[in-house]
Amino acid sequence: MSQTTQPVFDPNEVVVFSDAMIKQMNEVVNKFPQDKEKSAIIRILHLAQAEYAWLSVPVMNKIAEFLKIQPIEVYEVATFYTMFHLQPVGKHVLEVCRTGPCMLVGSDQLIQHIEHKLNIKVGETTSDGMFTLKTAECLGGCGYGPLLQCRNTYHEHLTIEKADALIEQYRNGEIQ
Amino acid sequence: MKNRRLLLEHVDVPGIDGIEVYVKHGGYASLEKALKKMSPEDVLEEVKKSGLRGRGGAGFPTGMKWSFLAKPEGVPRYLVCNADESEPGTFKDRYLMEKLPHLLIEGMILSSFALGANQSYIYIRGEFMYVLNILEKAIAEAYAKGYLGKNILGSGYDLDLVVTPGGGAYICGEETALLESLEGKRGNPRIKPPFPAVKGLWGCPTVVNNVESIAAVVPIVRDGGDAYAAIGIGRSTGTKLISACGNLARPGVYEIDLGLSVEEFIYGDDYCRGIANGKQLKACVPGGSSVPILPHFLVTKTATGEDRLMTYESLAEGGFSSGSMLGSGGFIIFDEDQCIVRNTWNFARFYAHESCGQCSPCREGTGWMEKVLSRIEHGQGHMHDIDLLADINKKIEGNTICPLGDAAAWPVAAAIHHFREEFEWHIKHPSEAQTRNYGLIQQPVVA
Amino acid sequence: MPNVLMMVKVTIDGIEVEVEAGTSILNAARKIGGDAVPPAMCYYSKLPGTGGKCRTCLVEVAAGSTADPRPMPKLVASCSTPVQDGMVVNNKTSERVHNNRGGVVEFLLANHPLDCPICDQAGECHLQDLGYEHGSAKTRYEEERRTFDPIDIGNKIKLHMNRCILCYRCVFVANQLTENRVHGVLHRGEHAEISTFIEQAVENDFSGNMIDVCPVGALTDRTFRFKSRVWFLKPMDAERSCSKCCGKAVVWMFGNEIYRVTARKDKYGEVEDIDGKTAWLCNDCRFEHKSAADWNIAGPRVISRNSVISQGKYATSIEKPVKRIG
Repeated sequence: MSQTTQPVFDPNEVVVFSDAMIKQMNEVVNKFPQDKEKSAIIRILHLAQAEYAWLSVPVMNKIAEFLKIQPIEVYEVATFYTMFHLQPVGKHVLEVCRTGPCMLVGSDQLIQHIEHKLNIKVGETTSDGMFTLKTAECLGGCGYGPLLQCRNTYHEHLTIEKADALIEQYRNGEIQ
Repeated sequence: MKNRRLLLEHVDVPGIDGIEVYVKHGGYASLEKALKKMSPEDVLEEVKKSGLRGRGGAGFPTGMKWSFLAKPEGVPRYLVCNADESEPGTFKDRYLMEKLPHLLIEGMILSSFALGANQSYIYIRGEFMYVLNILEKAIAEAYAKGYLGKNILGSGYDLDLVVTPGGGAYICGEETALLESLEGKRGNPRIKPPFPAVKGLWGCPTVVNNVESIAAVVPIVRDGGDAYAAIGIGRSTGTKLISACGNLARPGVYEIDLGLSVEEFIYGDDYCRGIANGKQLKACVPGGSSVPILPHFLVTKTATGEDRLMTYESLAEGGFSSGSMLGSGGFIIFDEDQCIVRNTWNFARFYAHESCGQCSPCREGTGWMEKVLSRIEHGQGHMHDIDLLADINKKIEGNTICPLGDAAAWPVAAAIHHFREEFEWHIKHPSEAQTRNYGLIQQPVVA
Repeated sequence: MPNVLMMVKVTIDGIEVEVEAGTSILNAARKIGGDAVPPAMCYYSKLPGTGGKCRTCLVEVAAGSTADPRPMPKLVASCSTPVQDGMVVNNKTSERVHNNRGGVVEFLLANHPLDCPICDQAGECHLQDLGYEHGSAKTRYEEERRTFDPIDIGNKIKLHMNRCILCYRCVFVANQLTENRVHGVLHRGEHAEISTFIEQAVENDFSGNMIDVCPVGALTDRTFRFKSRVWFLKPMDAERSCSKCCGKAVVWMFGNEIYRVTARKDKYGEVEDIDGKTAWLCNDCRFEHKSAADWNIAGPRVISRNSVISQGKYATSIEKPVKRIG
């Protein structure tokens, strides 16, 4: 099995950041001393991911342009940190913690259940584009497991039933 | 003795995350005291007297760390708070920041004042974005009240405080990887020397401290270092946040006086109230996933039969043959149904996933251990794999750039040391191993 | 005391040497030479910032300094640990160093394809040398090896990520010798790889130096690909007038034909300093001048007799002829 990391993208895609986005990006940059703009990169990647759902090559190139650094410096950072999606994802990304303490209280079973319920494997997206299922390493909620994170929200003390209800709420748009 | 709660005293007060309520309950009194009546050296002196040891896991005396900070003329110094809490089993800092953001901010101002830093950062793991929002709101309140910014409380001291997120990488809890990440790079730990106290953030002298260590400066300044040192036993002074998880009746974050017995912590009514669902204790990892696991008969008593206490020293009693470490205070309990092989594989997978890949023993060794353990857990193991694992372990330990190599090696070494029979059983009974657990190990008969 | 160099004494494998304060253990050992010198796969003295990563240069510090003679508990990376006055270091003489270095070599080889028979680097590969000295005859690694497809980064350089040991040297070359770095280290842990991420060429006047600094066969010269084994070629010191670089190179010849051009390297495999400057080669000299008429050929390059490159009949002609025994 060969690892391929060449991302598929349209080199002609033009990314234009909204004024609101540029304002936010400047606010982040201004938190750091002059000439230290690169420190803003991780937070800017989070902002871009909130805006575009995932980080495509043209988006990352645009960030490089904004920070006046080489595109490779953005790729290096974006591929190092696991929170960044470098491939298209569903509307809701469910990231279930699978590390030791969560496993002791049933995260393996929870992951299996969600796979079965959504009819996808970990790493896949449902055919309607609604959910992507991922696993995460320790999310820092060990005493409240099993748990999953969806965007900035932690859903803790999950059971199979609670997870079912949660997925329905996301599906129906009751929670965003 | 119980529930002295220096840090968590007001945690249940409604609205304590807001500045008004926090101030009403004595908040920012330490700051007023320090800025109006103390010099930076006085604050450092109180921290030294307190005996406070780094609460992130290493347990290095905080006052000593501060005194190592280089102070060349005309070069800025930085204080960076390590809020990249990612050690499996540890969730105390998140609890503290979420519930008591101003306690951390007050601690940051006090500590920055003591170190002579005018710009400080809180680096928080990216997954805690909602906590970052809580902190930013609290920081804005502190600026509005004049606790941050120029000429704080008329003292002439200036401080700016910024919170910045990570992006999902356990390694950024290592202080030099954290600084790399804060500079907007990959979280590769730096080669030391130079140490951050000499060359840290952007090449300037920097102190990196854990959230809980910084928060503890608030009661230390308020009550004096001696009062803090009066709590605890020997070199384990003060209180410690313990995040308890796994198969416990009442998991959660507790503030204990160091010196509490492990027995009382696990079974006491004020603490975890025993093992969940009336099961028996099988094993315990007392200080976060990277410290050695202890079988049930070494949890509440040491190998020599003394009561095991929640202190740096007592938990380490017996070294790697019968002891463990207090570490970050991530207390993980395994009940009789849990499989040690599966858990060891799980932890090994965690470290392989979190290795930065910079140095060869960790990059290749963690991945190798994970694959061997996965085979054993999934019924494909050989007897020689156990010794192979033990040997890979030895080749990683101590040979890496940063402590992640050790953190990956210790749990595997300890699991094989204490639960070797369970590994052998897995290899001998591949089909059963996937459906049921080996069970409780027997206490060795002392002749 | 500005401008006064402090000298310190350090003992390595029982041999004392005096060096400037701040010198690394490795460079102090290189001053002694011979068996006292630890191997280095990632450190490259001509590229500031390299080192510390591969861990093959681990040594034992038996005494930290005269002031604090306690031994250091862990083995240390000799390339990035400065000497102290009175420091006592064990390299070749330490069993512990030998064992642990063997461990590091095993890690480096764990996912290595061992495709030396078809690798252009064979014969001048540092991992081969290291494996020969410290490796075991058989592997204990039973797992599936990670594999990557070889890719072209530009029309002159081939990247075989399978062979890479992630020394980061090529990244430092790109940072320090070229203007715009387009390749780097992506992903992390055992998935870390050298890549451009999106398919693109590394086009720069000095990018070819990445090939020279690569300790293994991860970055190789496409203009020399599968043309010959290096030990069939005659390395000759050669020079041409070049506006971009020093123009001082080694041309590798078969008969009158030049098969490839490399920089001149010293016994540690590092590009030599000529007239006080590191003799990096530009791509023009390296890739575009393969005719003997392009070069002023000075004469055969002296190659260590231990090297496979001098194992052919040719080697003895540049050194004093050695009588074979038996």
